[in-house]
Amino acid sequence: MTATLSRASRAAPPQPGARKIKGVGERLSAYAYIAPFFVVFGVFGLFPFAFTFYVALFDWNPIGDQVFIGFDNFTRMFGDPRFWNAAGNTVSIWALSTVPQLLLALVLAHVLNHARLRFALFFRMSVLVPYVTSVAATAIVFVQLFDRDYGLLNWLLGLVGVEPVDFVQSTWGSHLLIATMVTWRWFGYTTLLYLASLQSLPRSVFEAAAIDGAGPWQRFRHISVPSLRPVIIFTVVTSTIGGLQIFTEPLLIATGAPLTCGAVRQCQTLTLFLYEQGFGQFEFGYGSAVGVALFVMVVAIAALNYLLSTRIKAD
Amino acid sequence: MTTTTSRHRRLDRVRWWTYLLLGVATVVCLFPLYWMFIVATTDTATATRMPPEVLPGGNFLHLAGLVVDTVPFVQSLLNSLAVATAIGAGQAVLCALAGFAFAKLRFPGRNALFLVVVLTMTVPTQLSVIPQYLIMSELGWVDTLQALIVPGLASAFGIFWMRQHISATISDELMQAARIDGASTWQVFWRIAFPIVRPAAFVLGLFGFVTAWNDFLWPFIVLKSPERYTAQIAIKALQNSYDVDLGLAMSGSFLATVPLVLLFVLVGRRMVAGILEGAFKG
Repeated sequence: MTATLSRASRAAPPQPGARKIKGVGERLSAYAYIAPFFVVFGVFGLFPFAFTFYVALFDWNPIGDQVFIGFDNFTRMFGDPRFWNAAGNTVSIWALSTVPQLLLALVLAHVLNHARLRFALFFRMSVLVPYVTSVAATAIVFVQLFDRDYGLLNWLLGLVGVEPVDFVQSTWGSHLLIATMVTWRWFGYTTLLYLASLQSLPRSVFEAAAIDGAGPWQRFRHISVPSLRPVIIFTVVTSTIGGLQIFTEPLLIATGAPLTCGAVRQCQTLTLFLYEQGFGQFEFGYGSAVGVALFVMVVAIAALNYLLSTRIKAD
Repeated sequence: MTTTTSRHRRLDRVRWWTYLLLGVATVVCLFPLYWMFIVATTDTATATRMPPEVLPGGNFLHLAGLVVDTVPFVQSLLNSLAVATAIGAGQAVLCALAGFAFAKLRFPGRNALFLVVVLTMTVPTQLSVIPQYLIMSELGWVDTLQALIVPGLASAFGIFWMRQHISATISDELMQAARIDGASTWQVFWRIAFPIVRPAAFVLGLFGFVTAWNDFLWPFIVLKSPERYTAQIAIKALQNSYDVDLGLAMSGSFLATVPLVLLFVLVGRRMVAGILEGAFKG
C-alpha cells in the first residue's frame, strides 16, 4: 500500500501527452471489448429477426425458387384454420401454465422468506431442480406419468373411481399435460426471483406487523404481495414471451404425429406450426409469416400485461 | 419487555403447515426424477404393473446398452458437454469483458450502446429460426457444433449482470492505482477486475451451461447426423424407437439428466445465491 502511494505521488503530475495516448488506447480497447456481443447479436440475432419480415413476403423454397408474392402469405395465414387452431392452443396453454405458476411462486416465496425456517437451503435448492432438468427429459417422464393405460396418475384416479383419462389424445387433456410440465419446470425459478425481491425488505417490517397482530395471511396480502409488484410484472411479461414460444413439449408428447401434436392438431402450438411449415413442408416464406404473427402477439400480449399490471398497481 | 418478546416469538414462529407445504413442493420437484430412475432400471412389464414398483430394478445396464446401440449416445453426451462448456466459459469471459468496458471505461456512445444491449433482450430471437437456418447454410455451418456455440456466446443479460457486479466491487481508486503502476487496460481487466468478479462470472457461466445443455429447438433444426446430436436430440431419436422398450427413452433421459443433477448438487447453492442476489431487488 505504501509502495503504491509513494509511486503514485512520484508519477503525479502525469504528462498531458501520455494521458492523451492512454485515452485513445482506452477507447479503442473499450470498443474491442464490447464488439463480440454486437457482432454475434447482429449476425445471429438482429439480422435474422429483420430478415424474417423479408422472407415472409416470398414463396420461398429452400431448394427451389424464391418468388416475391407480397402479402399473400399473410392473407393465406388469416384464412388458414390450422393457424387459428394453433393460436388458440398457444393462448390456452399459456394461460393454464402462467397463472398457477405465478400464484404458486408467490405463496412459496412468502413462506421461504420466514426468518426462522429450518432447512431453508435444502428447500431453495429442491425447487430449482426442475429448472436444471431438460424439457426433453421432462416431457418423456410426464407423458409416462400421464399415460392412459400405464400412467401413475390414471392409476391413482382409478383408485377413487375415475375412468382413465387419455390426456394426450384430448384437447383439454393435452393442454393440461403441457401446462403441468411448464409449471413444474418454472415455478421454482420464479419462486426464487420473488424471494430475492422479498429479502430486500427489512425483516423488521414483518416483525412489526406480527407484533401489531397481523396474521400470516395479512402479512402475505398486505406486505409481501405489494412489495413484489415490479418483479411480478417482470415475470408476467417474461413468462408470456416464453409461453408463446412453447415448442419442445408439444413436439414430444404425441409420438404418433409429432409435428402436429396429434392427429387433430389438438395441442399444436404456433412455434410448432412454424416448424411444421418451415422444416416439415419447406415453406420458408409461410413459416416466416407465422414468425411475424407470433412476434406481433408477443408484443401485444406483453403490452396488455404491462398495462393490466400497472392498473393493479395503481389500485 | 419479556412478555412482548415471547408474544412476538409466538406470533413469528414457523407454523407446521409451512413445512407441509414446502415438503409437498419438494416431493413434487423431485418425484419425476425419481420416477425416471425407477423406469430406467426396470423392464417394460415391471414398469407398467400397477400398483407401481417403488424400488429400482436391475435392468439399468441392459437398457443403457440398448440406448448406446440405438443412437451414438456417448458421443451425444460429449457433444453436449463441449457445446455447453464453450458457451458457459465464453459467456463468462465475454460478458465480464463487455461489462467491464461499460462499467469502468470512458468512451463516446457508452450509455447509448449500453441501452442498445438492454433493448436487445426484448427481441424474441426464437421466432427467426428460418432466417437463422438460411444464414447457417450460407456459412456452411449446418450440422456443425459451432452453429450452436457461436450464437450462444452473445448474452445481453450477462453483460448487464457483469456490469452491475463490476460497478459494485471495483472502485475507481483501484483502477487508478493500477493505471499509475503502468498497467494497460487489458492488464487491469485480466489481472485485477476479472479475479475479483470471478464468482459472479462463474454463476453466469453455470446458467449458460445449463441453458445450452438443455436447449432443444435450435439443435433440433440445425443438427442432421446422429454423431453430431446433442443429448437432448438423442432423447428425441430414442423416442422414435419407442416400441422397442418403454424404458429406452426414459433411460436416455436419465443418462442425460444425471450429469446436470450431479453438477447441481455440487454448485446448485451458488446458482440459488446467484438468483437471490439478482438484478430484481427493490
